Amino acid sequence: MSTSTDQLDSAVEEEVRRVLVEFGKLSVDATTPDSLPSDASLWSHGLTSHASVTVMLGCEDAFDVEFPQRLLTKQTFSSVASIVAAVREVQE
Amino acid sequence: MSALVATEASTPTELRDLARTIGRDVAAVHAADVDRQARFPKETIDALREARLLGALVPVELGGLGHDVRQMAAVVRELGRHCASSAMILAMHDSQAACLTRHGDTEPLRAFQRRMATEQLLIASATTEIGIGGNTRSSSCAVERSGGRFTLTKQAPVISYGEYADAVLVTARRADDAADSDQVLVVCERSDDSTLGLEPISGWDTLGFRGTCSRGFTLTATGPESSVCEVPFGDISAATMLPVSHLLWSSLWRGLADEAADRARRFVQKAARRDLSTIPPGAQRLAELQVELQQLGASVEHLLGRYTAVQDDPEATSSLDFMISINTLKVNASTAVVDVLNRAIIICGIAGYREDSEFSLGRLLRDAHGAAVMVNNDRIMGNTARLTLMLRGEQ
Repeated sequence: MSTSTDQLDSAVEEEVRRVLVEFGKLSVDATTPDSLPSDASLWSHGLTSHASVTVMLGCEDAFDVEFPQRLLTKQTFSSVASIVAAVREVQE
Repeated sequence: MSALVATEASTPTELRDLARTIGRDVAAVHAADVDRQARFPKETIDALREARLLGALVPVELGGLGHDVRQMAAVVRELGRHCASSAMILAMHDSQAACLTRHGDTEPLRAFQRRMATEQLLIASATTEIGIGGNTRSSSCAVERSGGRFTLTKQAPVISYGEYADAVLVTARRADDAADSDQVLVVCERSDDSTLGLEPISGWDTLGFRGTCSRGFTLTATGPESSVCEVPFGDISAATMLPVSHLLWSSLWRGLADEAADRARRFVQKAARRDLSTIPPGAQRLAELQVELQQLGASVEHLLGRYTAVQDDPEATSSLDFMISINTLKVNASTAVVDVLNRAIIICGIAGYREDSEFSLGRLLRDAHGAAVMVNNDRIMGNTARLTLMLRGEQ
């Protein structure tokens, strides 16, 4: 059970990172945790509120979900891990 | 006769009366000359200093008056009737002061606030930068730090009343390797251990708000590293700078609209007194103008209430709903003030069109047109358009 959850999480994380690379306009390469740890602050790596909207739309498109209003906060888009958690929450 | 000095306990009504006294006795006397010469309204700013209003937002325990944005809005609105340039300078000063009083939570920054109150310092701002294109949430210049000191150089296309300010709050990237949006706010001033240089790079010969002297400068500053407010500027912008500036500007435009409406009212009533047998044609237009004026006032009051209710809740001030509302207020109020002026000039007719009558509306109309272009409405609507992509239908 935990293994499959981990696998799902890592698949989601890979996709979230792809969206961040494409739309996040970050100052670092978001592809791997080496250059952008999962818990690193996206805001201090150059994510703007403008770009966060595109990232949100990119995630909604990639996962075919719609984030509810309560998840559309600065906190949700503060790190790779928090975006992954939000996506997983909506997928449940 | 109301008191000539503001106190901790001044109510918005008392502050309006105080602003009216300064407005009539000082600002209105010099407004035409300030406008004609595009000069700094020194007399009015000195009067605000004497009334202790430049330290109004500084907490009481630091020697200020501890006023909130609603109290300042009352002052700016009333002053806006008499000299819009003076009111704009106060509104911009207050927006900067609010950033420090609400986010400058370190001992050195509190000491600076104390000086803001005791010395009645005038604070300017340098948020935009040449090459960035008007986006205040992006910087190319960076704070360089070494041995507890900072140095900073910024090409600022606009620093309103820069030459007359005692300090300038400057946005810059946190460090040389920081992202464009990873900004901090730096207090730049001239003191024993700080330097501030302003080399003019452009003039300010504009249609309106001529007294704000909003020239461009190359700004160079040094000082102790403790002059850097380390709170992320994005947080300060969302919680304070953006809402407070939109609220105070809108209050100022409301004051301009009040004055235009009042001139139209006096004109219509003068006509009515001349011929008591009919209602003058301008009365119908004056009635229509009241609709616009009421909507403008209601929208400013509504947002003042909403902001004061949530101002200390960063989640609420950065919420989509609030951001869209506070952006919409700026666009709405800046459009409404021009509309009110247009209606007033039709009502006053040639008397409003003349520059030498008691109903002249020329300067007010020119100032009103600044509302939509100073921080361009199209830019704000572009930001809002993006935010609407996040609107959800569930609330």
